[in-house]
Amino acid sequence: MAQMTMVQAITDALRVELARDEKVLVFGEDVGVNGGVFRATDGLQKEFGEHRVFDTPLAESGIGGLAVGLSINGFRPVAEIQFFGFVFETFDAIASQAARMRYRSGGRYHSPITFRSPFGGGVKTPELHADSLEGLFLQTPGVKVVIPSNPYDAKGLLISSIRDNDPVIFLEHMKLYRSFRQEVPEGEYTIPLGKANVVREGTDVTIVTYGAMVHTSLKAAEEIEKMRGAKVEVIDLRTINPLDMDTVIESVKKTNRAIVVQEAQKSAGVAAEVMAQINERAILHLEAPVLRVTAPDTVYPFAQAEDIWLPDVQRVVDKLVQVLDF
Amino acid sequence: MSVSAAVEQAGNNTPLQILAPDGTVVNPELMPELSDEQLRDLMHKMVFTRVWDQRAISLNRQGRLGFYAPVAGQEASMIGSQSALAKEDFILPSYRDIPQMVWHGLPLYQAFLYSRGHIHGGQIPEDVNVLMPQIIIAAQCTQAAGVAMGFKLRNEKRVAITYFGDGATSQGDFYEGLNFAGVYKLPAIFVSQNNRYAISVPFEKQTAAESIAIKAVAAGIKGVQVDGMDVLAVYKATQEAKQRGINGEGPTLIEALTYRYGPHTMAGDDPTRYRTSEEQGEWEQRDPLIRFRKFLEGKGLWSEKDEEAVIEEAKQAVADAIKKADEYPKMKVSDLIDVMYETLPRGLEEQKAEYVEKESK
Repeated sequence: MAQMTMVQAITDALRVELARDEKVLVFGEDVGVNGGVFRATDGLQKEFGEHRVFDTPLAESGIGGLAVGLSINGFRPVAEIQFFGFVFETFDAIASQAARMRYRSGGRYHSPITFRSPFGGGVKTPELHADSLEGLFLQTPGVKVVIPSNPYDAKGLLISSIRDNDPVIFLEHMKLYRSFRQEVPEGEYTIPLGKANVVREGTDVTIVTYGAMVHTSLKAAEEIEKMRGAKVEVIDLRTINPLDMDTVIESVKKTNRAIVVQEAQKSAGVAAEVMAQINERAILHLEAPVLRVTAPDTVYPFAQAEDIWLPDVQRVVDKLVQVLDF
Repeated sequence: MSVSAAVEQAGNNTPLQILAPDGTVVNPELMPELSDEQLRDLMHKMVFTRVWDQRAISLNRQGRLGFYAPVAGQEASMIGSQSALAKEDFILPSYRDIPQMVWHGLPLYQAFLYSRGHIHGGQIPEDVNVLMPQIIIAAQCTQAAGVAMGFKLRNEKRVAITYFGDGATSQGDFYEGLNFAGVYKLPAIFVSQNNRYAISVPFEKQTAAESIAIKAVAAGIKGVQVDGMDVLAVYKATQEAKQRGINGEGPTLIEALTYRYGPHTMAGDDPTRYRTSEEQGEWEQRDPLIRFRKFLEGKGLWSEKDEEAVIEEAKQAVADAIKKADEYPKMKVSDLIDVMYETLPRGLEEQKAEYVEKESK
């Protein structure tokens, strides 16, 4: 066991998989000599050679297409999109190509690609770096979307993503990269995709969340317990496509109240989908409407406004009060 | 002899140059017609920009600036090209091309507000013909074709000029922009500042082509490679490109060979991981300011006193602009919601109300 930051856990997962499976290739902009702009691939080119870990020309569309081609030719590409705000350039390769490969070929071909990418607010980046765009891929059948909230999960989920035989988008919240360390086992271990994690047990209300908002939600849970003794259950979705609704429904049947907390804008995202499915499967167990804490429906804001734009502990507490008092 | 003839004569292997690194004139026949005042103005802008860049880096380190991409080393490429434009020509910059925006009319304090992540940094004054800095690499190349097509459709004698780096030439948008501009014979100028590194990736790993300029051939447009450390050469190449554009002869791709002395941006890039100090030293020998200063001094057009006066002026201007940026009203999320649509949809109105309340506390 070693104490690792999330970015170190990610490097470690890549190292484990590069060593285990020669079909794994790591590539993207600045991932080679420079070790990635966040150092997520630090040392990997030196260790595994330029044919396994390599810099690409500056072309996100090209990176996506290259990954698709390699994937149908027996490789297991781990392609880095330097910032997820640039994914629109790669969108065609992901949504029109990789996501449809298995379907279009009736199972003859598949695209076991992992697209790794940093995203997430609170670190004062220029525009199109921090955007939470995961909702777009909830509407893209054929891909999986994984968003870890801590170093341990990041490693286990990334290894599972690389081994998965379908395309996986693995999103790494920039604010979590170095914000804390955690015990991370050496060597290989996996955390199943599509399985949520109950990170705090409670009986009075459920918070469904993922990514950096897991930490915001946990703080809000502590606060409301101090305020009025309410016991909050917090579910870290870990994978947002597919959603582990069984875990969510089981919790809601116990607590009868739920809110969803996401960093992304309000409309048509993870929160909307979770709320719809709770409605479909557990409406008779609810004592209050399911509410959500989200960012407003604007473009991701200029750096000076992001702290107030992003959901915070107070807004989660307010929403919990609202459903508890309904 | 025209630039294009000179380049063809050199077999595309020798970049267009007017001043040698020691400031002597190597191609007098290419010398642009510039008055003494215009020559001094080029130097003024370059020295001012160098001082501003140094101040910006130090402000960034003090946590007082925000996002910043250093420009030292690229002054001749930036200022030589911008200076060959008229005020009505339209600039589509990348995030490093703040100097061209400012010399084209953007108030300096707004450039600082842009760095700080304030919406007013993007509120370009009505009479200033520039777009906000582009973050998505090469997205401005296709847009430049659109702006240029507008000028052509309205029979205006104006050009659209866009700036991007060597890495951007790997993007599809770069090729698409050149191709569209070529097909419609548009008054567009594509300036690739080849500073040899796309963050860490060297030019040799960006393309197997011998140059960027040569990529113009496939699009059927004019391509020119120029010494990007030579402000007169960049000026001349841009002036000719502009002339071709407004004459209806179509777009030009200019590759300016240059170097960024500093990191990619101030957000943690460490150039020692991917390039040597020897290489940087070699490029600093070709410094655009030293070269042009020697040339001007030889003509009796520049003195130490002139230099000092610009340095003082720049320091004062930066201090004033920072003060103005500090004093500018704080940005509110509720204001940002207002600029999402011409008329606010009902759902957003409700969301706005939440922020109005929150921000009034």
